[in-house]
Amino acid sequence: MSAVATGPVATGRNLGARIVDVFTSPKSGPVLVTGVLFLLMFAVGGVRYRGFLSGQVFLNLFIDNAYLIVLAIGMTFVILTGGIDLSVGAVVALSTIIAARLLQAGWSPGVVILLILAITSALGLLVGLMIHVFEVQPFIATLAAMFLARGLCYIIAKESITIDNPFFVSMANVRIPLGYRLSITPSVIIALLALAVAVWVLQYTRFGRTTYAIGGSEQSGMLMGLPTSRTKVLVYVISGFCSGLAGVLYAFYTLSGYALTAVGTELDAIAAVVIGGTLLTGGYGFVLGSALGVLVLGLIQTILSFEGSLSSWWTKIFIGALLLVFIILQKVLTSRRT
Amino acid sequence: MTDTASTRAPAPQGNPDPVVEMTDISISFPGVKALDSVDFRMFPGEVHSLMGENGAGKSTLIKALTGVYSIDSGVVRLGGLQVTFSGPAQAQAAGISTVYQEVNLLGNLTVAENVMLGREPRRRGGIDWKAMRQRAAEILEGLHLDIDPASLLNSHSLAIQQLVAIARAIDIQAKILILDEPTSSLDVEEVAELFRVIRSLKESGVAILFVSHFLDQVYEISDRLTVLRNGQLVGEYMTDELLRIDLVQAMIGKELSALDDLGSRVHSAEGETATGSVPETFVAAKAITRKGAISPVDITIGAGEVVGLAGLLGSGRTEVARLIGGVDRPDGGQLKVDGRPLRLRTPRQAIKHRIAYSSENRRAEGIVDELTVRDNIVLALQADRGWFRPIPRKRQDELAASYIEALNIKTPSADALVRNLSGGNQQKVLLARWLAIAPRLLILDEPTRGIDVGAKAEIQKLVYSLAENGMSVLFISAELEEVLRLSNRIVVLRDRKKVADLVNDGIGVDQLLALIAEGAAEPELEAGVAS
Repeated sequence: MSAVATGPVATGRNLGARIVDVFTSPKSGPVLVTGVLFLLMFAVGGVRYRGFLSGQVFLNLFIDNAYLIVLAIGMTFVILTGGIDLSVGAVVALSTIIAARLLQAGWSPGVVILLILAITSALGLLVGLMIHVFEVQPFIATLAAMFLARGLCYIIAKESITIDNPFFVSMANVRIPLGYRLSITPSVIIALLALAVAVWVLQYTRFGRTTYAIGGSEQSGMLMGLPTSRTKVLVYVISGFCSGLAGVLYAFYTLSGYALTAVGTELDAIAAVVIGGTLLTGGYGFVLGSALGVLVLGLIQTILSFEGSLSSWWTKIFIGALLLVFIILQKVLTSRRT
Repeated sequence: MTDTASTRAPAPQGNPDPVVEMTDISISFPGVKALDSVDFRMFPGEVHSLMGENGAGKSTLIKALTGVYSIDSGVVRLGGLQVTFSGPAQAQAAGISTVYQEVNLLGNLTVAENVMLGREPRRRGGIDWKAMRQRAAEILEGLHLDIDPASLLNSHSLAIQQLVAIARAIDIQAKILILDEPTSSLDVEEVAELFRVIRSLKESGVAILFVSHFLDQVYEISDRLTVLRNGQLVGEYMTDELLRIDLVQAMIGKELSALDDLGSRVHSAEGETATGSVPETFVAAKAITRKGAISPVDITIGAGEVVGLAGLLGSGRTEVARLIGGVDRPDGGQLKVDGRPLRLRTPRQAIKHRIAYSSENRRAEGIVDELTVRDNIVLALQADRGWFRPIPRKRQDELAASYIEALNIKTPSADALVRNLSGGNQQKVLLARWLAIAPRLLILDEPTRGIDVGAKAEIQKLVYSLAENGMSVLFISAELEEVLRLSNRIVVLRDRKKVADLVNDGIGVDQLLALIAEGAAEPELEAGVAS
């Protein structure tokens, strides 16, 4: 850190300066850029394609990506501490396959869902302890968990299992009308509830603020007397829980359990979090931004499907380019500040 | 002044009981006795400065008091009651607040959070942000700090961050406030502001432990001084009863050395320089400066000349060395090598010009622990040749063998891991590494720190003979005898400024001490002072 005094910024409070300040702050800058980008993309889509500018296209973003929103929530907690969780995609697959297998065996859906959430939270706890107690790099610890989860999938079932449990089928098919011929699925409500809880936890609890503190400087947080060790373990439990929940939503969405499903989804979640303005090094970011990141990813896919002729791999190329831009943006904003 | 460990200043008027009393504290780390039965006490409403050079045990003592280190033996009493802390959180709960040198706050959070987090006001199960900002604003106002509590901490200067750290400490309602080097990154006005805050805290009865390298500040703010040296207590003094020169002497000490035979040899060499030709200038630095590290200084180093840098820790001696060695980039000024201006951006470029910098931080910036003696010795040479032209194994063996013999490095073989060598032999390996590239200027930053007397003497002899063979040396040491013994010329730094530049023609330790303590005080030395 340089000793150059930047001084209090907010002395001359004219509007232009404040807007510049908000946009260049590492805290709010990237997420605002994402918001502007989202609106721009929506506007461009609306101009180019007929029927694009409709409420249902917007709501479909939520319907198709409800599970990814939940994944991104857990990932945000982890990345805010400066960690990473590579296991979430495999844990989603594991969750779908446990659901499919147990439902096939005639278990009640309620018990199955609770069991999945317990198993994935426990896996998260294991990863968290590995990272905290044995000081394993989060990358390595969650990589191990990823292989473990993916391997367990194959032990449970090698082939895809269709889910025909009435509750799951109804969750997949029920539409909740919002009027004006718009509708959403129950999964969207679950995802939005999870989002609301996450926003509250991060903003209004000591646990949430400690999550940010660890990303800022774990050492300082510890010296300030904050419960850094407990928090560090807990974020992985949260990520595990969210992966389980996302797995359940994914099972609702696809009505099947398959060992090879959701390969690479962890990277989509990380991309959404980064595009949503959370710094990969931790300490800055909003969980709402991550949800916005998911919507941007979904919007790219939607635009490509409206375009029709383009291969779906273009989605990956666009996401890659966006990621690059955002990481550079973060780098610029943080280096300007410190 | 007596030099015994029993010196103790009287208690303040009215004889209040000390708020902290540490008795007979010892702490050992593997191979080092960091604190050796040290006594330390603090009175309410007093500012107490803890003084000592690098490795004296200041930070160990602070960490023992704040519960970061556990104590091997000895007793800590807080308000008369014996306590043992198992962590900083416990010490904080007992009323001991610490503001560390590197501001240990969270730059990514708001000012209000940094002041309040851990004791944040709550409402309906969550953090009450409004109340938190309000409370933080009140505390900051008490420090005359007009900043927005909702702003991010790292949008403010370090000085303000330091004051925020103090605001946090005050809100904990500390009985004891520890300020470890709080002024090292502050400018004059900011220091004045900090001192105003310290004085008002003092009036409210807080006991303040103040650590600083700046003697002026120590004398300005503190009531009582405790001096440590090599992990031992030198004494406790009232500030206004201790002359600066005595303080510096207490801090540096006088080593009864077995090295006197060397002294005469060097002085004869100086005789030649004084009478004979002035050496040709090799490196000339003009007004080189780096913000927050060193004010503009001029230094010239002649070919075959040993220039000693004297000054207390934090006086800027290492900073100058790092600028000349290409480790840090100067903000201003000019460096000329052989009369040609040069910009050194990296140590690699410096090495290309045959300038080698050997860091004071032997473990972190010097030897590579996990490599063998041979690998360590050829490292710089190999890097200089480029990695695509490997030094043949036979040549490596020859090099290693010749340096092991020439420097008398005590190692089982060239294949031994450097980490298993003693400090002195590690230092010799480091020297061998730089000698292997045949430098024209060798910058040695504290090459003899923490090594035994025998190895010390050998390194001193080596420096001397290198200079005789035409190598220039910039020599930094906290031990003034050593600087005086080896240097042809001595540059004295104080508070990051050059205060004197003198030819070493029989200067005494006392004169040097006086310069370090007070700047150019004696008229006959005034002539040597560069403006």
